[in-house]
Amino acid sequence: MPKRKDLKKIMLIGSGPIIIGQASEFDYSGTQSCKALRAEGIEGVLVNSNPATIMTDPEFADRTYIEPITPDILQKIIASERPDALLPTMGGQTALNMAVALSDSGVLKQYGVELIGARLDTIKKAEDRELFKSSMQKIGLKVPFSRYAHSKEEGIRFAKDIGFPVIIRPSFTLGGSGASIAYNREEFEDKLDYGLGASPSHEVLLEESVLGWKEFELEMMRDKNDNCIVVCSIENFDPMGVHTGDSITVAPAQTLTDKEYQNMRDAAIGIMREIGIESGGSNIQFAINPANGDMVVIEMNPRVSRSSALASKATGYPIAKVATKLAIGYTLDEITNDITKNTKASFEPSIDYVVTKIPKFTFEKFPQADNTLTTQMKSVGEAMAIGRTFKESFQKALRSLESGLYGLVPRIHPNDYRAPGTRDSLVSGLKRPSPDQLFSIGDALRMGLSVQEIHGYTMIDPWFLNNLREMVAYEDTIRSLKGYSLSSGQAVKVIKEAKKMGFADRYIAGLLGVAESALRKSRIASSIGPVYKVVDTCGAEFEAYTPYLYSTYEEENESSVSRKKRVIILGSGPNRIGQGIEFDYCCVHASFALREEGYESIMINSNPETVSTDYDTSDKLYFEPVTFEDVMSVVDHEKPQGVIVQFGGQTPLKLAKMLEAAGVQILGTSPDSIDIAEDRKRFRELLERIGLRQPASLTATSTEEAIRIGNTIGFPLILRPSYVLGGRAMEIVYDTESLVEYMEKAVNVSEDKPVLVDRFLESATEIDVDAISDGDLVVVGGIMEHIEEAGIHSGDSACSLPPFSLSKHLVDEITMQTKIIAKSLDVIGLINIQFAVKDNEVYILEVNPRASRTVPFVSKSIGVPLAKLAMKVMLGRKLKDLGFTKEVVTDYVTVKEAVLPFIKLPGVDTLLGPEMKSTGEVMGIDRDFALAFAKSQLASNTVLPSRGNVFISVKDSDKMLIVPIAKSLKELGFNIVATRGTAEVLRSSDIEVRVVNKVQEGRPHIVDLIKNGDIGMLINTTFGKKSIRDSYSIRRSAITYNIPYYTTIEGAQAAYKAIVALINGTITVTPIQSLYRHQGPGGGTEHA
Amino acid sequence: MAILVFEDGSVFRGKSFGYRGVASGEVIFNTSMMGYQEELTDPSYYGQILVSTYTQIGNTGTTPQDCESDRTYLGGFIVKEYLDYPSNFRSKESLDSFMIRHRVVGMSDIDTRMLVRRLRIKGSMMGIVSSFDEGEDELRKRLQKAPVLVGRDIVTEITAKQAYDFDESRWSIQRGYERMANQDGPMVAVYDFGVKRNILRSLVSAGMRVRVFPCTTPVGELLKSEYKGVVLSNGPGDPVALSYIIENARELIRNNKPILGICLGHQILGLALGGEAIKLKFGHHGANQAVLNVKTHGVEVTVQNHGFAIRPESVQDRVHITHINLNDRTLEGFYHKDRPILSAQHHPEASPGPREAGYLFREFARLVHERA
Repeated sequence: MPKRKDLKKIMLIGSGPIIIGQASEFDYSGTQSCKALRAEGIEGVLVNSNPATIMTDPEFADRTYIEPITPDILQKIIASERPDALLPTMGGQTALNMAVALSDSGVLKQYGVELIGARLDTIKKAEDRELFKSSMQKIGLKVPFSRYAHSKEEGIRFAKDIGFPVIIRPSFTLGGSGASIAYNREEFEDKLDYGLGASPSHEVLLEESVLGWKEFELEMMRDKNDNCIVVCSIENFDPMGVHTGDSITVAPAQTLTDKEYQNMRDAAIGIMREIGIESGGSNIQFAINPANGDMVVIEMNPRVSRSSALASKATGYPIAKVATKLAIGYTLDEITNDITKNTKASFEPSIDYVVTKIPKFTFEKFPQADNTLTTQMKSVGEAMAIGRTFKESFQKALRSLESGLYGLVPRIHPNDYRAPGTRDSLVSGLKRPSPDQLFSIGDALRMGLSVQEIHGYTMIDPWFLNNLREMVAYEDTIRSLKGYSLSSGQAVKVIKEAKKMGFADRYIAGLLGVAESALRKSRIASSIGPVYKVVDTCGAEFEAYTPYLYSTYEEENESSVSRKKRVIILGSGPNRIGQGIEFDYCCVHASFALREEGYESIMINSNPETVSTDYDTSDKLYFEPVTFEDVMSVVDHEKPQGVIVQFGGQTPLKLAKMLEAAGVQILGTSPDSIDIAEDRKRFRELLERIGLRQPASLTATSTEEAIRIGNTIGFPLILRPSYVLGGRAMEIVYDTESLVEYMEKAVNVSEDKPVLVDRFLESATEIDVDAISDGDLVVVGGIMEHIEEAGIHSGDSACSLPPFSLSKHLVDEITMQTKIIAKSLDVIGLINIQFAVKDNEVYILEVNPRASRTVPFVSKSIGVPLAKLAMKVMLGRKLKDLGFTKEVVTDYVTVKEAVLPFIKLPGVDTLLGPEMKSTGEVMGIDRDFALAFAKSQLASNTVLPSRGNVFISVKDSDKMLIVPIAKSLKELGFNIVATRGTAEVLRSSDIEVRVVNKVQEGRPHIVDLIKNGDIGMLINTTFGKKSIRDSYSIRRSAITYNIPYYTTIEGAQAAYKAIVALINGTITVTPIQSLYRHQGPGGGTEHA
Repeated sequence: MAILVFEDGSVFRGKSFGYRGVASGEVIFNTSMMGYQEELTDPSYYGQILVSTYTQIGNTGTTPQDCESDRTYLGGFIVKEYLDYPSNFRSKESLDSFMIRHRVVGMSDIDTRMLVRRLRIKGSMMGIVSSFDEGEDELRKRLQKAPVLVGRDIVTEITAKQAYDFDESRWSIQRGYERMANQDGPMVAVYDFGVKRNILRSLVSAGMRVRVFPCTTPVGELLKSEYKGVVLSNGPGDPVALSYIIENARELIRNNKPILGICLGHQILGLALGGEAIKLKFGHHGANQAVLNVKTHGVEVTVQNHGFAIRPESVQDRVHITHINLNDRTLEGFYHKDRPILSAQHHPEASPGPREAGYLFREFARLVHERA
């Protein structure tokens, strides 16, 4: 049965901002889906508040709404677009929740919108634990025993029945937020409190734990003819108890016999039928008791998911694209397999390699967070690697993480093996799942613990442990080469074997005590190098037409080099805070631009969640670690005209110098210019030469020196280690005491790792600028004014484009300075500059001659694809020819707001500072700042109140500034609640205030009010360590209860304006395509 | 050390595992990611050398439960990596030791993907694998003398020595195989051309009593009225070489016996119906083959293991084609227009592989009931 003729216009909901548990994989799926709809001639209406997505580029859907994803806004869009159907399965849990809300409220019925991809009852059956449980029992499958509790007493009673350990899952939270495991009664009570609090319905599910069982996932597809296939099986390295998003996962399943696997497959097909997935994909998770094969069903997601993105990349089977086609009426046998061209989508992929995914954590950014891995996801990204064996793929994945590790490095020195306490701490490292557990396993193996023992502590399957054992054992063989010449027969044999096992050059070199370059040289001289194999969905049974490649050390190379001019783009590796989807967006644009310019585009990346690693984004895809070794191997094979390092963030940038030294042509701005911008000394010299101003800054290599500098340039100071991205370990200090503390505790300062000491411009306005230069002409893409004052990392700060308070004179000054800097650095491509404005003086804070995090936001804002233009400029095109010669002036305002991960990280303070903490961003677009800001708040799930109580507690320096805001709020009908000090100031300005206790002043205090739902918004600015500590529980409970809170005066002002806008006007929605229509030059260049 | 020499002269070197010896045969590849033990004990692989496209082999060890016959039939087994640390609660013996016991020559650590691509492009080839450091020339000479599949009757060599009854039924993880007497069920006779146990178990599960006969049993015995149906089993080799068996099949057809043909049995039925057999370039060997069910328009993911096929044009005037391979449109199943005959080129008994085509046994049971 071919596609349905009655579906002419389909609405698609994206997943909104990147958060822990919902990341770029939904841009990947949404983009595939948009493309599939377009190819079918169906009009696509897309809603997504995340501007850093490829899918929200104006070419991908016919009508693109960068608007908040809320039921009200979606209703407005539906009312104006009148789509025939809504496809809610591409945008993660967010989209699914919206579909349920729109169905339940009758909106879909009212406008005659059909839900496709998943029916309402299907979604409910899959999502509601009780319904799911009874469905499973109906078809004879087991689920873990569980009960709902609505109070502490009930919970304690049920926990007795279930027995410890027990899993606590708060109802209706996103991505398992707030879920935890309790091992005893005491722990249970604490966690139960937290769970009940985290659930909007004050309900938790208490569940029998199958801790230590083996965890498996199947990625399923089913069409309306009841054709059902398994796209991929996945086995988790980590046993049950660790969220699958935080687990190392391996495809295909490794430790099931066919009989057991077929049982699981039959169960999965049964589940698809019973739940009623009729045209789409699902992910189903199972747990298996390793002792007797007992199987329980854990859960299912009736939509594309992070796992399905992984499965797509692992097999080459485009799940989102196929699911979209199924939703519009096709059946699996009618859909062609793009990779083989001659076969259909109705087969089950067979793979002839092993895929390993390892999650990436950023606990170093949240020192207060507990890094124990549990049922609540904590990782912010992941790397995937493909190898012919598990060992090879595992080691490639490990170095893909870019944690500075090139293998399973030892954490314990051999001299300490016998030291007292070593074994105990090792065992506790083995017992507790954490990002470090893997390295404890390595050490345990080196110390001679048996696989059986390690299995006993970790419950990780012995098959995986044995593989690690062989890897670790081979380290000794490699080490035994010490003293041999690297070109000796013995050395060549061992190195070749080591490369087959996936060992990195750098790791082997480390074991041998030689330089990586020396090892590399002799390896190449001995003709030991990788070959490239194709990911073809079929184990080579059919010819593959898609050059989706991975490296391995074998005989036959399947990657044929074309005769076309070709350029390699280096991707940004796994997502992390400070480097995420924004850079992938830029890389994808670079690829599109290359293809438009007639070049072959070659992508290297290791992140399975991304659009850049989709097999049809580039002409060729190398799914490889973005390390020097792996990149050079591809370069040596492809011999490209150039390599692009500008678009992938710090990952490729770090390689730029080494690549250039190895003779690789780096396109665009030279690595030397990049170095000038990053090297403090060279940069200061440059600014002095061109006569621009920066805050006083010096470099300290010792604590004493830092104190001296502090006294010279004056406090407050901003401190940071050299060469960091995302503000790692950055801090603002107001006195010598904190300075000393920072120098001694926070960083490991030394001669070659100095600390940068800058004067901090307090209460300055921070400005971000993105511009593009072709060497002759520099055009500013956008000037963004931060809403928070300087000192808060630009990635965490809300900002407005165009600026909302800068004078024309300052805007002109900033534009001019941008052009001067771009010229003086000989920038070819993009440049990002951060300015601060204090007392009408412009200071330069930072210059990054490359694509910045804000490029997609600016591009969306002005309707000009900056990254694409930058790529073309790097190929020698001129901006004049490309039609982008002057700054775009918009007749609307766009506001970017950051989205923070605190809800997922219990115990972490939510205060913002110079260290970036946000995982994602949203964009609000409207005709004025207030409305755009209001939308940005809505989009980041901040529900601004229209009446009720506003809590205010501000630091002394803000006390006068808050008065007009408080007054205005009062006039709008809000009641003001304040702590004593703030209340006094407000009262003296004749504002009626109710005083509330600070937490340490006794109950009832402010946190009690928050918990009781008496507070609609919080304004809380702090100064000094004590005040920050005192107000911690306020900020934390605001997060838990999702109450808007502003920690700066600027934020509070913007919120006030937004509230006024919300009260006065109704929010309207506009697709970006009609905004851009009114735009000036440069907009709407051709697209891929 | 192990060495593999092909008829076209190409040579591969790797490591050896399993039995140390020499084996020659047609080299084929299988794309199933699991079920190596079932493959090793599948009689249809008689005299062949199997290359596994999946790379991690040995992971789950072996268990007597997963045998499809009481011995192995493969000459050699070629894998990318053999891992000698089985991890599965059912494992009783490592694959290495199982292969030593059953004299299967193993070879690992070679670029199996290159091998498979070569077989795909050139078609199946004869090869010889040795775990000794013999000269290539010596192996080439031995390879020239190795018997080829085409035109050869292997079935008579490997069929059951005498008739026997079979009552093993479906498997469950908790209880293993159940036994079912099916006292009231119809008795069916199975002509054993190298039958996989799971065919017998599937018949028992579908409610039938099962008696297995050597393929040399005169057809008159199977025509007896106590046998309500006859199953022509799977098996190795070239169907054209089995003229006496084809003649027996014709006799069964003439007598209106309900017949189920599977794989080789299907080819024999095709030939008995006047059809024509062709040799496929590199065969279908895997657990992921999409087959179109012509009747329902549904797709079945099937298990396949065959190097020969029946040309659909050669039989279509006598049968309704029920199943077509979606990859290359070859014939995968039919039922006879006016006789009680069901036939499948693929393996409805699975093992290893997806079980969704297992309904064929129930259809056969219905057919048998209708005629009984």
